[in-house]
Amino acid sequence: MPDTTTSSPISTTTSAVTAADLLADEMHDVTVTVNGVARSARVPARRLLSDFLRHDLRLTGTHVGCEHGVCGACTVLVDGSPTRACLMFAVQAQRHEITTVEGLGSTPETMNHVQRAFAECHGLQCGFCTPGFVTTITAYLEDHDDPTEDEARELISGNLCRCTGYQNIIKSVLRAAEIKREEITRDEGGRA
Amino acid sequence: MTTTADRPDTAEVGQSRLRKEDRRLLTGRTRWTDNLELPGMVHLALVRSPVANATITGIDTTEAAAAPGVVGVWTGEDLPEQGAMPIAWTVSDNLKVPSLMPLAVGTVKHVGDVVAVVAATSKDAADDAAGMVDVSYDELLVVMDPIAALEADSPLVHPELGTNVCATWGMDSVALGTGGDVEEAIRAAEADPDQVVIRRTLRQNRITPAFVEPRSIVVDPTAEQVTMWSATQVPHILRILLAMTQPVDEHELRVIAPDVGGGFGGKLQATREEALVLLIALRLQLPVKYTETRMESMQSAHHARDQVQRLTLAARKDGTITAFDVDLVADMGAYLGILTAGIPLLGGFMFNGIYKIPAYRFFCTDVFTNKVMTDAYRGAGKPEATFGIERMMDELAVELGLDPIEVRRRNWINPDEFPYATVAGLTYDSGNYDQATDRALELFDYDGLRAEQARRRESNDPVQLGIGVCTFVELSGLAPSRVLGSLNYGSGGWEHASIRMLPTGKVEVAAGTTPHGQGHATAFAQLVSDELGIPFEDITLISGDTATVPRGMDTYGSRSLVVGGMAIVGAARRVVEKARPLAAHLLEADPNDLEYDRGTFTVRGTDTSKTIPEIALAMWLAHDLPDGMEACLDSESTFDPENFSYPTGTHLAAVEVDTETGKVTLRDYVCVQDVGVLVNPMIVDGQVHGGLTQGIGQAMYEEIRYSEDGQLTSGSLADYLVPHAPDVPRYRTDTTVTHATTNTLGVKAVGETGTTAAPPAIVNGVLDALRPLGVTDITMPTTPLKVWSAIQAARSEKGGAS
Repeated sequence: MPDTTTSSPISTTTSAVTAADLLADEMHDVTVTVNGVARSARVPARRLLSDFLRHDLRLTGTHVGCEHGVCGACTVLVDGSPTRACLMFAVQAQRHEITTVEGLGSTPETMNHVQRAFAECHGLQCGFCTPGFVTTITAYLEDHDDPTEDEARELISGNLCRCTGYQNIIKSVLRAAEIKREEITRDEGGRA
Repeated sequence: MTTTADRPDTAEVGQSRLRKEDRRLLTGRTRWTDNLELPGMVHLALVRSPVANATITGIDTTEAAAAPGVVGVWTGEDLPEQGAMPIAWTVSDNLKVPSLMPLAVGTVKHVGDVVAVVAATSKDAADDAAGMVDVSYDELLVVMDPIAALEADSPLVHPELGTNVCATWGMDSVALGTGGDVEEAIRAAEADPDQVVIRRTLRQNRITPAFVEPRSIVVDPTAEQVTMWSATQVPHILRILLAMTQPVDEHELRVIAPDVGGGFGGKLQATREEALVLLIALRLQLPVKYTETRMESMQSAHHARDQVQRLTLAARKDGTITAFDVDLVADMGAYLGILTAGIPLLGGFMFNGIYKIPAYRFFCTDVFTNKVMTDAYRGAGKPEATFGIERMMDELAVELGLDPIEVRRRNWINPDEFPYATVAGLTYDSGNYDQATDRALELFDYDGLRAEQARRRESNDPVQLGIGVCTFVELSGLAPSRVLGSLNYGSGGWEHASIRMLPTGKVEVAAGTTPHGQGHATAFAQLVSDELGIPFEDITLISGDTATVPRGMDTYGSRSLVVGGMAIVGAARRVVEKARPLAAHLLEADPNDLEYDRGTFTVRGTDTSKTIPEIALAMWLAHDLPDGMEACLDSESTFDPENFSYPTGTHLAAVEVDTETGKVTLRDYVCVQDVGVLVNPMIVDGQVHGGLTQGIGQAMYEEIRYSEDGQLTSGSLADYLVPHAPDVPRYRTDTTVTHATTNTLGVKAVGETGTTAAPPAIVNGVLDALRPLGVTDITMPTTPLKVWSAIQAARSEKGGAS
């Protein structure tokens, strides 16, 4: 919750608001569960979630490409839903669960089905846009186990990639779904 | 210990190896410049001009300087130590070079020009204070159009230069000794009833590389060498250029390009932002960081293309070309970047395309306007040229009533004519245009689509089908140093590599080219594995750091494989030659009796052998070396190519044009390319996909727009339309192979082929759909509004004529 002990200069109506007042950023204690771990930091109200993750928490796997919500590179999962971290304030994430690319698989051994599919299908080149794709696709495949090529294309339509021409990202979506199905079958087989 | 049993069984070159880079990139374990945080680091914000041409009448920094967290505020006047930004290509004796300082002094020349810099303890504080810098401007008239800039009464971008003409440069087949007089040939054609002369004026839209990672710079002056991290394609070139222009000596500066998020030529630059971060870090003696916003990237990172092409093509009525005359006006923008003035003239070598042209002339006028500078973007001059000739080949086909493939076939160089000396003075080493074209036609079902097109024309289908053709060659692999010298280019074109043989049998490859998505770590390991018999997994790449890779010419112009890769192969072969005498000594044999095959020396006629890892260990131990042998197997090599690389191919586009809405839909795209021997087919295909998408972007979606008063109106990614996934179809790609004869691997370049071939293929397709309606030209991008307007204009013209 916002720190209510600090009065907001913006709400002061008795005197003119000066630039210096505006710069005296009201600070807020923000506690967010990121990749399963509760993380806290004291940040100004205007701190973007993307900057909070990258610079306050030093989780630099989330990338910022445009800061106006077009490129999708900063996409993280907020309570499981793909969300532009550049269009959300850190204070808005209070008590929510955030998943970044590091939370999907931070080592080669623990890469999830989407990360593995990208590696297999050459779904990335420079890799800057990639975390936004990986989070978006991971969320989608939670409740779509067998997307068509057209659905895959539509799924990634909110993310920009300048390197790959999307061809191999679409392949990666289909392959990730396949890997996930194989894993489910194997797990069920193991239990049987 | 590695033994011969670990030696790879099959050749690595040709295999689609999965990339070494990806595990790190996919898991967020990355080193982008903006990730860096250093102790005591301060952040910069830049104050940029909101107007396109003005005299600065005052800058008040008082309020900004007093703002919380601010460490310093500087204007151009406050930084006397700043040096003019460099250019690296003095294209002609009449070149006019306007002064470009890291911080503007006295005047601004385009929206986004930098007038002040603020350093503060946080990025937020720097941004806030930048907003408090009060700059007064006395606005001047602007000139935004390159043709208008040539008129006598045009406002001058740089009054002190006395003209808006930056430079002129020309070449012709008489002076080159490669053909006839173009004016004479065109006059003769005009007088000849058996010839046609076609004149067209074509426009190359202004576009931008639009790398997804914004440019970012960190400078740390607190170490023995001042260290700059920059999202650059050219750490080595940047180091030299900064040392030559700013108050730091070359030996005191280290430049690192860590992970770099795309470049496409857009990060082939020495930028004023890089200079400013360096200057402020030196002033403060503190680490300093600057990361641009997307808006700043759009209004200050260099743009590209932006040409007016006046073309005259003469041909016999059988389709055989008799002359081609190119008169180009190229928009430089307000200032010159390192290669700005030379980019258009690279096209001069390519306007003749794959064709046999008996008389040729190229003349280019470089012009200043109040826009951001143009400079290299994927293809750099060659996509513009390919667009010109390939659009004209279609115009010729229409004029003569010939099939566009047929008219090309009647002019292109035959397979048995290689090596072929072109009218533009180059020698194409190899190619087979028939093979690639025939394969493309077959994949595309060209005849079937032509039949469908005829049916839809017949039935007046509101959605018309067009077939777009482009056959092309690309001038890549920059470059032979001597050729660059003859063009007054400011550096050589060689590349350097070294190979470090580690005692455990592993290998470090230090390469002078630096990657930003191309898969160097993977492809270079494949090359070295084949040369040294070392497993792919045991080879690692070091690059992008002037301290660890002291020599390099960096990454642009599709040079990493055909120039950089050959330096690596050269270094690997030197390792083998150094190993041979030790192998002979250890095997107690004569060096001349040893046979070498992928990592193993064998005494001829026996099964006694030594592997490279065994020799590497013996060399490191140095217990038993021949007398006088230096205990080092490491080797290096500098490769300077004799010739450029000439990838070629045929692209075919099927486009559907809704004549009621103007919407263009790309239904199918087939490209068959000859890029020589493939090192990693998966990576090659990825390069083709990416290049194609950027080429389609230029043709259909992308355009940098300025208002008449010089405001950038496409300054965000919401206004500048980089293609998204639904904007492009599934591509169908294939390759044919003719071996390059200018390198020992037979490899050619690939990175720039898509941006070169796709724009003319798409536009030719759109026009092919609409010619029956009377539409003869649509400038790129072929947006629904422009297509619809062209249809309406053609209809009213037809109506008026009837």
